[in-house]
Amino acid sequence: MNDLIQDLQSPVADAGTGFVRVGMPVSRVDGRAKVTGEARYAAEHPAHDLAYGVVVGSTIARGSIAGFRLREALAVPGVVEIITHENRPRMRSFDLFYKDMTAPAGAPFRPLYDGEIHFSGQPVALVVAETFEAARYAASLVAVDYLPQQHETNLMAHLARSHKPKPLKAGFSPPPDERGDAEAALLAAPVRIEAEYYSGVEHHNPLELFASTVIRGEDGHLTIYDKTQSSQNSRWYVSRVFGLGKDKVTVRNPYVGGAFGSGLRPQYQLPLAVMAALQLRRSVRVVLTRQQMFSLGHRPETLQRIKLGADHDGRLRAIVHEAVAETSRYEDYVEVVVNWSGQLYACDNVKLLYRLVALDQSSPMDMRAPGAAHGVHALEVAMDELAWALRLDPLELRLRNYAEQDQMKGLPFSSKALRDCYEQGARRFGWARRPLAPRSMRAGSELVGWGMATGTWDAMQMFARAGAVLHADGRLVVSSAATDIGTGTYTAMCTLAADALGLRLEQVMFQLGDSTLPVAPIEGGSSHVATVGSAVAGVCEKLRKRLFRMARRLDNSPFAKARFDEVEFAGGGLRLRRQPSVAMSVEEVMAAAGEARLEEKYLMLPKVLKQKQYLRATHSAVFCEVRVDEAFGTVRVTRVVSAVAAGRIISAKTARSQVSGAVVWGISQALHEETHADHRLGRFMNHNLAEYHVTVNADVGDIDVIFVDEDDRIVSAIGAKGVGEIGIVGVAAAVCNAIFHATGRRVRSTPMTPEKVMAPEGDVSVSAAL
Amino acid sequence: MDIPVRNEGGAGAQAAPRYPLSLRINGQPYELEVESWVTLLDLLRERLHLTGSKKGCDQGQCGACTVLVDGRRINACLSLALMQQGREVLTIEGLAEGARLHPLQRAFVAHDALQCGYCTPGQICSAVGLMNEGQARCRDDLRELMSGNVCRCGAYPQIVDAVEEVMFGSAGAEERDRPVIVGTVPA
Amino acid sequence: MTPFAYHLARDPADALAALTAPGGNTPLGAASFLAGGTNLLDLMKENVARPMRLVDLNQLALARIEETPAGGLLLGALARNADTAYHPLVRSRYPLLSAAILAGASPQIRNMASNGGNLLQRTRCYYFYDTGTPCNKRSPGSGCAARGGLTRLHAILGASEHCIATHPSDMCVALAALEAVVHLRSARGERQLAFADFHRLPGDTPQHDNTMAADELITHIELPPARYAAHSAYLKLRDRASYAFALVSVAAALALDEGGRIVSARLALGGVAHKPWRQPEAEAVLAGKPPEAAHFAAAAAVLLAGARGESVNDFKIPMARRAIVRALEVAAAGTPGPACGEEER
Repeated sequence: MNDLIQDLQSPVADAGTGFVRVGMPVSRVDGRAKVTGEARYAAEHPAHDLAYGVVVGSTIARGSIAGFRLREALAVPGVVEIITHENRPRMRSFDLFYKDMTAPAGAPFRPLYDGEIHFSGQPVALVVAETFEAARYAASLVAVDYLPQQHETNLMAHLARSHKPKPLKAGFSPPPDERGDAEAALLAAPVRIEAEYYSGVEHHNPLELFASTVIRGEDGHLTIYDKTQSSQNSRWYVSRVFGLGKDKVTVRNPYVGGAFGSGLRPQYQLPLAVMAALQLRRSVRVVLTRQQMFSLGHRPETLQRIKLGADHDGRLRAIVHEAVAETSRYEDYVEVVVNWSGQLYACDNVKLLYRLVALDQSSPMDMRAPGAAHGVHALEVAMDELAWALRLDPLELRLRNYAEQDQMKGLPFSSKALRDCYEQGARRFGWARRPLAPRSMRAGSELVGWGMATGTWDAMQMFARAGAVLHADGRLVVSSAATDIGTGTYTAMCTLAADALGLRLEQVMFQLGDSTLPVAPIEGGSSHVATVGSAVAGVCEKLRKRLFRMARRLDNSPFAKARFDEVEFAGGGLRLRRQPSVAMSVEEVMAAAGEARLEEKYLMLPKVLKQKQYLRATHSAVFCEVRVDEAFGTVRVTRVVSAVAAGRIISAKTARSQVSGAVVWGISQALHEETHADHRLGRFMNHNLAEYHVTVNADVGDIDVIFVDEDDRIVSAIGAKGVGEIGIVGVAAAVCNAIFHATGRRVRSTPMTPEKVMAPEGDVSVSAAL
Repeated sequence: MDIPVRNEGGAGAQAAPRYPLSLRINGQPYELEVESWVTLLDLLRERLHLTGSKKGCDQGQCGACTVLVDGRRINACLSLALMQQGREVLTIEGLAEGARLHPLQRAFVAHDALQCGYCTPGQICSAVGLMNEGQARCRDDLRELMSGNVCRCGAYPQIVDAVEEVMFGSAGAEERDRPVIVGTVPA
Repeated sequence: MTPFAYHLARDPADALAALTAPGGNTPLGAASFLAGGTNLLDLMKENVARPMRLVDLNQLALARIEETPAGGLLLGALARNADTAYHPLVRSRYPLLSAAILAGASPQIRNMASNGGNLLQRTRCYYFYDTGTPCNKRSPGSGCAARGGLTRLHAILGASEHCIATHPSDMCVALAALEAVVHLRSARGERQLAFADFHRLPGDTPQHDNTMAADELITHIELPPARYAAHSAYLKLRDRASYAFALVSVAAALALDEGGRIVSARLALGGVAHKPWRQPEAEAVLAGKPPEAAHFAAAAAVLLAGARGESVNDFKIPMARRAIVRALEVAAAGTPGPACGEEER
């Protein structure tokens, strides 16, 4: 069955890696494939009959296509076909068929379905040619006549027509009803702050360009290498859109060059490549340009208003948090922005509001810690503002409002080691030495500031299946249609399996990234390890039991009288806990029992009833140091300590990289990233990596990651929660708060670019202490 | 050299003419015929199936395509293949000696200086070029001189650790002083 | 990218002949020189540049860096930016140029980019790069979409109603301050252009970035004898710490007498105009003065006279004023050594 898909690239740890235990810092098992260039990504799989597709994007934001002038483009030697809505192959019309597993409410965009234009950059044609260069040239010759209509892309100009969103999206819950009477409590509070926070559009910009290579078999079967966070979601989408049975399409994604949410939904290069392959009856590759990736979806521009009221001792009396975000005209993209504000701190009076404005944009998309990255940011900056209003240490303010339980239903947390995060993070950072007042520290020409913030994210678990085959030679192949977008899935799963059966890491192969493998959820929401890992643990437990039973039944078995809980799996086989010299290797057991292979399957279903009795979340405390040259508003983040409580850490090295990398994301959100739209054109204009700034190496100082002790068997059977998102949450707020501490100026919009941070005219001494 | 081998279009040609090209890639000689408009990166990836060099922007703005030409790091996406006439190109595929990884490759794995891996070949080739240049003297130099390689996963501190270890033999001294604290590491 | 013929030039004469040679439907002006390719290929992929013939200059013997009889330095047009920045004579005598080059682009691009090509790099204006929008520089007469649009990166000095783009080079800012001379060659002969006259303001012909004729080739860039090695500074302000174009940059150079007074000063700004911005009047303010902040501020005021923002980029005016003062202060204190980490100090 799911023994081994031979032509699927699956990495195995280097020989000599040896025995590992869960929680050890194990080197990435896919490391060798990645440092040698052997790992092949979506655009890198060859086919002998390959044609290249290049996308033509709309230059208008709203309207329709009057017609195409294709003569010149078709005349380019090597051009095979130009596919538009006028000549595309048959595809389903009903909206429902275009809804992928994570689609929000609404009617999904249907690429090349008709001549309606919904956003600037929308694909309007696919040029297919024998070479990439010919296709690219011909694409530049495609002339499109549009019938433009007035577009609206400016959130700030259309706040008045905001609407209550339709909440139909997996993982989304609308803001809860008001708790207590927030406005009245606010009026009665002796200390109040109120402020607006703005966050601009951001684009995921994974380094790998979005691509699909559709390899057509002689029987017409399509094997598709797609850049996606779920091979099964893409397979499902292709089947439904084109009416192709499950057996006609296989989608693979063994290596994914980053995604950060942009691969949660099938992107338009996928149906376009499939269309071309169906129409031309040959293999087709479509790779988007960096510019085109700015038309895929984005973190939505969001305006928030927060009001906090507190007693003189800092106890929160009222929290009001409102957010207005943009969405497209065709879907209600929703994310949890404000709900955390009712959860993170103890407060009896909380009012939360979340509304959307529909614009002529592509639908926004989940981007690393969707909602929390800017929602918790606003709350945590507001808390810092309140702390200063109270002349109270910002960490002390958080401790005085520590939430011991769920505020809405009184549920306990499944685990919450946030206090440990605060304590260990502060100690590592040296927070106790922080002067309370801003503008207290200086180094050379720079002001120095220390800031902190809390982070939180949901601890989720989906359902998944896993399969496992143990071979007579001691090799173990475990599989599930999971994904590794750089998160360390391969490594974590191999570690779990090797530990469970006491095998050397190099004896274990984990196969993921193929839609025919046992069902796994989309990799997203920091739930993959808790979900797939629990399935892997489950299938391994079945193998352990079977091996044990086999061993016990052997003639003259040393385990004849042992109970299962008296043996352990270590050192390449099983042995008695009390007498480790009584041992048999896996190979010996298999040989003695005459078994060539043992196969098990496992379905992991979350224990929903139990889980619902708890509030399940990850937490973090972020401390950061900035140096600000206030003459110019330039900010350097010199030091970050991130203390994270995320349950049991399965793979210490890759988990640490996840958090450290997310801190870099937080720095990027704080200082660098914003996509600028020209609303006259309805178009994003800095659509490249020279003008859309992401953090580079020189921007990053020391990053210190602490995992505090937590082990949560309610969230998952393996005790893990998940680390993908938590690392970014709160980082930008800590940076903002540190900038305030350095300069005494509060920057309430991200990114905090130099012009927002620099001292106003006449308010600065330029002369540096040289 | 300027006489095309074949011109598929003629007057008003809409196909790029083809030219002979000889160069060495990873020590191996190649005698090719390429269209003028083929970049070095697309030659490697699409014609020769050497897909270790990555395309992340195709505009010289990310560094994922970094390769070494006569020992110098360049962006393969910003060079025409024809500009490499007679040159020695080294890509990530040519760095290891058989199964034996280059020290930088080993250090990248050991320090977990990668996540998704897409920028990694470019980072490593860039680091080889940086070492050849001999201009970096300290950690801050490494940060600056590795800034032509975007890592969207944010592995920068680990990348600097890996390069520092291979270059100066003292990598991540700071890191060792502050080990990872993992609450659940078994004794 | 449009198809093009490729010619590998043997020598400058061959290159010039190939540039202007008739052939097929390749009219004069539709051919282009190719050196490092770092900007041209990018522009070709974006369909901003559509040459029908490329004349590859990389075999030309113009990559040397050598001393002139007058005591200056002659930089070959094909010397790579990195080789120029790291050249011992450039480092010791023109550290300002070295610093400016190293503040630009990335190590990979500096390894490829030629000195001549650096002078010819084109603006980073979003609209110039996006063929989906009008732009007078890309498509003369189509209009300037930047005006009233996204102008954060745009000019505060010397702009016209037709174009508010800025020149993106760092190297050129230093060359302007150092009063370099550009050596040009064409079929008509050779000529030299003062750096101040090389780039131009947009006026009503923003399609022209410089005053070179279409059939000319840059052969060398000449630096006059060094006067500012001891007191110079390049200060670049940008949106991230590296690998970003300047919001504002300043090249400042001072010659001090034995008493510490300023004998002469040179100042040029990047990121603020269609060309590196220099005003001899601003430099004259400093002559004979002690290197003090008040005089620096006075020079800044003269250099920025007439500066006008497009509202979004108004911040560049105080930023430039402060940057001038800071750069002059740093220069007065002595040319900073090549930066290295605090841990090494």
